[in-house]
Amino acid sequence: MFRFIVRRLLQLIPTLFGLSILLFIWLRRLPGGPETAILGERGTPEMRAAIRRNLGLDEPILIQYGRFVRRMIRLDLGTSISTKREVTTEFLQRFPGTVELTITAMVIAIGIGIPLGYLAARRRGQFLDHASVGGSLIGICIPVFFLAYILKAIFSENLGWFPSSGRQDPTLGATRITNFFVLDGLMTREWDAAADALWHLVLPGMALASIPLAIIVRITRASVLEVLNEDFVRTAEAKGLTENVVRRRHVLRNAMLPVATSIGLLTGGLLSGAVLTETVFAFSGIGAFLADSISQRDYPVLMGFIMIIAVVYVLVNLIVDLSYSLIDPRVRVR
Amino acid sequence: MALLEVDDLSVTFARRGQRTVRAVDGVSFSVDAGDVVGLVGESGCGKSVTSLAIMGLLPKQPGLRVGGKAMFDGTDLLQLDDRSRRDIRGRDIAMIFQDPLSSLNPVVPIGLQVTEVLTRHRGMKGDAAAKEAAELLDRVGIPDPKRRLKEYPHQLSGGMRQRALIAMAVACQPRLLIADEPTTALDVTIQAQILELLKDLVRGSGTALVMITHDLGVVAGMCDTVNVLYGGRVVETARRRPLFREPRHPYTVGLLASVPRLDAGRGERLNPIPGSVRDLLPWPEGCAFAPRCTRRVDACVGEPPDLVLTHDGRSYRCINPAPLPGIVPTTAAASPTAAASSIAAAESADTADGDGPAPVIGAEALDAGTPAGGPVPAPREEEKS
Amino acid sequence: MTIISGKKREKIDRLAELAAREEERGVSLWQDAFRRLRRNPAAIVGAVILAIFVLVAVVGPFFVPYGPTDTIGIREGVVRVGQGLIPGHSAEHWLGYDHQGRDVFSRMVVGARQTLLVGVVATMIGLAIGALIGGVAGAAAGLGGRWGRWIDTTLMRFIDMLLALPSLLLAVSIAALLGPSLTTVMIAVGMVSVPVFARLLRGSMIVQSNSDYVLAATSLGVRKSKIALAHVLPNSLAPVIVQATLTLATAIIEAAALSFLGLGNPDSATPEWGVMLADAQQWIGIRPALAIYPAVAIIITALGFTLLGEAMREALDPKLRK
Repeated sequence: MFRFIVRRLLQLIPTLFGLSILLFIWLRRLPGGPETAILGERGTPEMRAAIRRNLGLDEPILIQYGRFVRRMIRLDLGTSISTKREVTTEFLQRFPGTVELTITAMVIAIGIGIPLGYLAARRRGQFLDHASVGGSLIGICIPVFFLAYILKAIFSENLGWFPSSGRQDPTLGATRITNFFVLDGLMTREWDAAADALWHLVLPGMALASIPLAIIVRITRASVLEVLNEDFVRTAEAKGLTENVVRRRHVLRNAMLPVATSIGLLTGGLLSGAVLTETVFAFSGIGAFLADSISQRDYPVLMGFIMIIAVVYVLVNLIVDLSYSLIDPRVRVR
Repeated sequence: MALLEVDDLSVTFARRGQRTVRAVDGVSFSVDAGDVVGLVGESGCGKSVTSLAIMGLLPKQPGLRVGGKAMFDGTDLLQLDDRSRRDIRGRDIAMIFQDPLSSLNPVVPIGLQVTEVLTRHRGMKGDAAAKEAAELLDRVGIPDPKRRLKEYPHQLSGGMRQRALIAMAVACQPRLLIADEPTTALDVTIQAQILELLKDLVRGSGTALVMITHDLGVVAGMCDTVNVLYGGRVVETARRRPLFREPRHPYTVGLLASVPRLDAGRGERLNPIPGSVRDLLPWPEGCAFAPRCTRRVDACVGEPPDLVLTHDGRSYRCINPAPLPGIVPTTAAASPTAAASSIAAAESADTADGDGPAPVIGAEALDAGTPAGGPVPAPREEEKS
Repeated sequence: MTIISGKKREKIDRLAELAAREEERGVSLWQDAFRRLRRNPAAIVGAVILAIFVLVAVVGPFFVPYGPTDTIGIREGVVRVGQGLIPGHSAEHWLGYDHQGRDVFSRMVVGARQTLLVGVVATMIGLAIGALIGGVAGAAAGLGGRWGRWIDTTLMRFIDMLLALPSLLLAVSIAALLGPSLTTVMIAVGMVSVPVFARLLRGSMIVQSNSDYVLAATSLGVRKSKIALAHVLPNSLAPVIVQATLTLATAIIEAAALSFLGLGNPDSATPEWGVMLADAQQWIGIRPALAIYPAVAIIITALGFTLLGEAMREALDPKLRK
């Protein structure tokens, strides 16, 4: 187990190196540069050159890369060109929002998706089955940003049930500790702040949950249908076990295996895919900031954020693999 | 009174847009307490469906119809509601399945899979259940049972898995045990051990055993009474010895003739039954076996043959049965020795090398015939429903 | 000795027979799948949706009542955005005007062609590059040897890196590299699907490489490169084709997302549903229908591709055959 984790983490190093080289070359090939973003079209060549020199962009690319690697080994990701703040600081301020949003979306997707998929499989061919299969098809086919707009228009602008933007009502003056607003509220016992942050998460969480929810329903349904036909379920029935035991111990436990794998993949994808939802709800996570950073050619932010996201992605999948080996004894982690 | 009395059991699957399938078509047989009864036939003859119908384990689907009666100790199993059925299953009637690997839950330890029966039917929990489970595993011949309780099915060998399944089945000392091809998926050496174990378990306890098999060797070694099934009906019922000595139904004759024998000469050919189990006539239109029958007469087609009861308590469903010994046709060289010799082959297992010209034992012979030429043998079909 | 060689010959014969049968099955696999596809109502619904969509995209633009860029509403003075006046449907303008006074119905019809183009080209890009990488990796892994494994590992590491990249960011940076345009959207959306195709084809080829008929062909002395090309590759294509159908759906949706982020065609003269939907967000307060038309069109089209793709997957799944 321990060796498995260490090996997977060691495997991360070459991936990160490759990724950083790829990113470095690629970003430098983007037309324009931070100087264009800062000066616009007006700057004189001298002013441009001065900015480039200041940022160290006039040096050969290999030297720039060497400097980046040296810093990265010390876990220093540099300073943002556009906000003049440490990349790490920017990240720690924005990433918690995206994590909260992702967790909300996954809680919704799992909490509804697995029971719905299970019921659809048990009532195969009946109304609930057709409805959930059809609903999940539509869920996959709706553009997320459009769904986000619809949710916002209905539940926020028309009905006024939920706030339409932001992560928390700024007038609350909530204390910040970890930048996980809900967690902060719980830690400082500012219950209203926690509730308000949670309230702000509902609509964007629902929008973001649409695709994973649809996928989880489908996978759960297919997986349960397959397990219901397995011989060991028949054995369990032959033992006269109660329906409850058969369902939980024999059907669901096996049916969850493929669902677990997909949950890992979906979570990794969501962490990075929240851009659209964050934009619609003016939710300050990493998504909108990253999109801005591209147009600003904010190299340090882009390099740093994407590298961290890659690490998080790998870690999430590692956790999924580990938990997989817990529910399936046949998978041995070596 | 018989422990289990199956009367005119029928199972039909009607699917939209497809022909209705009569998987079981009026099967009747009875099992006395402590008796070992065989249900014998090729793949697809309805023997597994029969057992699943009795247990109420047929997959629920629209279009499934189960008719007839299955009286167990005075109650009709087919009329019971779901809860009472669950009470009986595992406690009074237990079942063992063909493929031990797929019949065990891969993600639940063996121990829990045994103790859950004890918890359900005997109210045992915790240490008491664990202790009893270990004793059960020990009784079915699993060494080091305490350690095995914590292991998962994939960590056990095929024979051990089947033993574990048997332990679960006998955990509540059921009055009836149904074994559906319990040895088919196992190595030849293991097959004999498992059969021995089953014999020991039922002999001492008064448990009746319904043995579902296509292997006449198994029948010869275990059963008191034999029911031969064809096309979803019982075509012949007899005690073991009379059946092997003087089979009456041409199908039984054919089954026995297609078992290879160690004492047969090298040049001697096997006599597989021509055609396959799929070439059957629907019973209402005559004898289902008629298309493959060597003793067919014109009257076989038209209306189904009645069950003929003989004075010695046997019965067969044929209007032109095989004559009694002395005038047995040359092809039907069946005798107790044939079956006995195939058992011998099963028990002296070191010859079971897949590549070598090993003596074929009953199982393979019946299912696939041998590729030694002659008429087309019955195709091998996986029976898993 | 003679016995052994005889047995060996027999074994080879049996394997050869198996290989031949497998090839036969390859043909009937597709026929069989097609037969079951025709019986599946979902497949028929999907196919009908797509047939209408393709028909509209191909011949529709020749029959539209107004030019897609004709700002007729402004000329006639019925559209006055400043006063919040964007008239809805009427007898002449079935779906009303957009914010620049153009006939929405005409733009929807012409937009179908662009949307189809984006979906098809993006999928082709993803399929071509992904299948090339995945095919080479799969063949290399199947051929085995030190080099084969090395090629396979290297290519798959590269694909893993692509996967670790946030897909939308990948698209955004490609857009930044090439400047916002429809071509950018196609390339960006196509690149995002590369890893999926690559992994799928490689996985499928490795499964096929381990099957009995490959063993049979190998034992008959067929060259390994020929096995990979003539047997393994064709038999591995089914999941890739299914995935391509499904990708057509996601490509159209993702293209809309990129347009929404402002990376699509900045010149809204050539209408495309994604761009129309993105543009309409601004006017959603005045006339939400402007967003609803392209959104519903996108959803229905994506649904058509998804229904057909899922039905194909079911039809080709050996586990579900029976």
